[in-house]
Amino acid sequence: MAEIILEGVTKRFPDGALAVKDVDLDIADGEFVILVGPSGCGKSTTLNMIAGLEDITDGTLRIGDRVVNDLAPKERDVAMVFQSYALYPHMSVRENMGFPLRLAGVDKATINTKVEEAARVLDLTEHLDRKPAQLSGGQRQRVAMGRAIVRDPKAFLMDEPLSNLDAKLRVQMRTQISRLQRRLGTTTVYVTHDQTEAMTLGDRVVVMRQGLVQQIGTPAQLYDLPRNLFVAGFIGSPAMNFVNATLEGNVLRSPLGDLPVDDRTRQSLERQNAPRELIVGLRPEAFGDVALAPDRGRDGPLLTVTVDVLESLGSDVYVYFTAEGGPATTAELEELAADSGVRDTGAGGAQHIVARLDAATRAREGEPLELRVDMSKAHVFDPSTGANLTHPERA
Amino acid sequence: MAAVGKTHATRWTVINVLVVLYALFPVWWIAALSFKDPSTLTDGNYIPRKWTWENYRGIFDTSEFTRALINSIGIALIATAIAVVLGTMAAYAVARLRFPGKRVLIGMSLLIAMFPPISLVSPLFNIERIIGIFDTWVGLIIPYMTFSLPLAIYTLSAFFREIPWDLEKAAKVDGATPAQAFRMVIAPLAAPGVFTTAILVFIFCWNDFLFAISLTSTEAARTVPAAIAFFTGSSQFQQPTGSIAAAAVVITIPIIIFVLFFQRRIVAGLTSGAVKG
Amino acid sequence: MQAEPAGAPPPPEAEQARKGRAASAGARQERRLGWLLCAPAVVVMLAVTAYPIGYAIYLSLQRYDLRFPAEAKWVGLSNYGAVLTSPFWWDAFWVTLFVTGVSVAIELVLGMAIAMVMHRAIFGRGTVRTMVLIPYGIVTVVAAFSWQYAWTPELGYLAELLPSGEAPLTEQWPALWIIVLAEVWKTTPFMALLLLAGLALVPEETLKAAMVDGASAWQRFIRVIVPLMKPAILVALLFRTLDAFRIFDNIYILTAGAQDTGSVSILGYDNLFTALNLGIGSAISVLIFICVGIIAFAFVKLFGAAAPGAEVKR
Repeated sequence: MAEIILEGVTKRFPDGALAVKDVDLDIADGEFVILVGPSGCGKSTTLNMIAGLEDITDGTLRIGDRVVNDLAPKERDVAMVFQSYALYPHMSVRENMGFPLRLAGVDKATINTKVEEAARVLDLTEHLDRKPAQLSGGQRQRVAMGRAIVRDPKAFLMDEPLSNLDAKLRVQMRTQISRLQRRLGTTTVYVTHDQTEAMTLGDRVVVMRQGLVQQIGTPAQLYDLPRNLFVAGFIGSPAMNFVNATLEGNVLRSPLGDLPVDDRTRQSLERQNAPRELIVGLRPEAFGDVALAPDRGRDGPLLTVTVDVLESLGSDVYVYFTAEGGPATTAELEELAADSGVRDTGAGGAQHIVARLDAATRAREGEPLELRVDMSKAHVFDPSTGANLTHPERA
Repeated sequence: MAAVGKTHATRWTVINVLVVLYALFPVWWIAALSFKDPSTLTDGNYIPRKWTWENYRGIFDTSEFTRALINSIGIALIATAIAVVLGTMAAYAVARLRFPGKRVLIGMSLLIAMFPPISLVSPLFNIERIIGIFDTWVGLIIPYMTFSLPLAIYTLSAFFREIPWDLEKAAKVDGATPAQAFRMVIAPLAAPGVFTTAILVFIFCWNDFLFAISLTSTEAARTVPAAIAFFTGSSQFQQPTGSIAAAAVVITIPIIIFVLFFQRRIVAGLTSGAVKG
Repeated sequence: MQAEPAGAPPPPEAEQARKGRAASAGARQERRLGWLLCAPAVVVMLAVTAYPIGYAIYLSLQRYDLRFPAEAKWVGLSNYGAVLTSPFWWDAFWVTLFVTGVSVAIELVLGMAIAMVMHRAIFGRGTVRTMVLIPYGIVTVVAAFSWQYAWTPELGYLAELLPSGEAPLTEQWPALWIIVLAEVWKTTPFMALLLLAGLALVPEETLKAAMVDGASAWQRFIRVIVPLMKPAILVALLFRTLDAFRIFDNIYILTAGAQDTGSVSILGYDNLFTALNLGIGSAISVLIFICVGIIAFAFVKLFGAAAPGAEVKR
């Protein structure tokens, strides 16, 4: 067990492409840190550099109190779980799990004890003498985990370990990984492109984009105080709604109507010389059904919309409606749209807004609905830099 | 339902039998010839009426055949070994490494795969005579391994691309040195592909006839296919049919064994390069 | 102030340069390893094909009769003139084209049928696959002898089916068809296996979709299966056409080229080893090489058959 410290870690590929730029990250002993971002953001490269599978172009990497930049993977004492699981197909489960110990020259009896212990924890005992090909996806995943834990390494590195499982199993394994990590208390770096996984698993989450760290924080910090458009759009499901707005005095004129700006926000905008053209971000829960709670957030602006689609999840209801005017677009939002596949759904063009309402709502598809906007939950972004202007002190 | 299943089964049985007959008829015929007594040789029967080992005894009594058999086995094995070693190196590079000139290498092996061997016979004949390897093992091993190299590179690189190279990374993180990762993880996974390639290359060398008759002139290096083409009867008036048939059966046996035991692998090897490529 | 440069950290440019070198070192190492690993294969292939073909061209420009080596003499293109105006070359050329075209066409149809059998078979798939490999594996000379004996009067079962007195291998057309038969028997399995692999790439669901869309079995075959298999078919055709054009073993055993049944390869061989004319033989060799090149080029041009590439997967 050990802390892992990255100082200005940079990766430039032989062809000159910059994959990871200047990453500073202190991972405490026993902490569970998630690297999250769309594909190609450099999260896996970062993990591979920690593992020693990729050379570090620049910067320092410490595991424990040792600089390990130039050490081979074998000398770093870290265990890794791969997306493909990378189980050795010609070895039995027992041999797979015992392989790292065998390489370390541990005697056979000890290997056996440790493998059986790990197999018991992971409920693999009856499969120990099978080959990976005879196992189900979930079992293979557990073998990969088992191979990591038998060694009792300084850190676990996990590269999208759950991506190949079906949705239900993924949720179960997520809980199991979380439990296992708490129990073992081993420092863990976990890479995923799934923000839900990131939010539910991590002590802290590192959001990356195009090789740059966008924000590091607890799940709550990322959700409530996103530093920029990218983080705001990436974290949360359904994603934050973004609309173009023009600042006129105390009012933001937007396709949703005129949204008032409170004094604190206005001062903050002025202090930062905010441009007049802005982007307003509203999470789905920033909307409320006026009919249900007429008094809540009384000073928030009202708007009447026509419901396009209504999705009931039982506990909540998602209401989709269309706002006038084209959607807000910036490079970040484009990238997010491409990553989430929105662009492939043929829904581009119009401005679709989603609101999360209480299950008691009477909203009906095709009928008008009166909503109130909770402006205390609104975020205002600079379209050119993407910076969150509402919470500059956090930025 | 049962009736439908039955007609289906009958239909497939008939088709299967047809395919089996197609494949085996000529083989069976020559095998039958080889067991026929000279007196019944010309009866055109599909099953020998008088069985005899005489033809086999005859060919194994002459150095003409035994020597050729040794030549065939030795030359094919050596050429296979060299082609597989060189092919493995090149295929690893093709499948795993980035380097300029890779496409040239692939294009070149494609070109050689298409090369008409007759075009090389005349220059090789002359060159080999000049440098003194005409009618030697070396003189045949060289063209064999060259012409089987493209096959080896293709098949092997297709196999190598199938190996999940994450395993190499996994082994390194698990604490293996590069040598250990190769020996304990990659080599066991690559072995079947290498073995399959070796079979294909061996069949290729075993089959050759043109080089074998062009680049040899005596028993010193003549392989079986060439030797049986030059078989003569024991007297001027006797056709060597029985001997040729027996010799043909002998050199067919290893092929049948390969096919029976490694059918799946041979199919994978034959098709991998061509389709996935 | 004067001493500062010595103790100062290196200027950013130098730092950058060092990094650049470090970054590309891995690539350079990879490149070197790649070349090193390919070098032996490349050297062998060049030494045994490129050099001799150059030498063949050189020989083809000489009058070079092995019986009179002393009279070897530079004659320019006259060997080519002699070959191209000779009826022997053109007879052999048309025979080769006939055998190539007919046998590849039959192989394609038959191979496709066998591939479908192997693909669809409910049982016996393994048996069929094993059986089909036997013709592929059998030494061509052995198979050729089997066919020769089968068609030899008073010896073979197939000759017995003919009216007595017929000796098909001694007449041009019957002999050519027997050559085609031998060629087809031996190489259809290879064709079938390549096509089978292509067939496996046709998604089952696409066929189901076509079935739901109302396509008959034949329409599914022509409109869905064949277009999706096009790459596999082209590769198989290319390989087989080039291979058939080089036909030698079968003809050598079956007829030895008698009665105008010789292919261009047989002609080249005869000139080299029977007539011992290295000059003319080499000219024929070079012409065959050019023909093969033209066929390959035509295939790639006509069908845009992508050369099997090799992208690195990481």
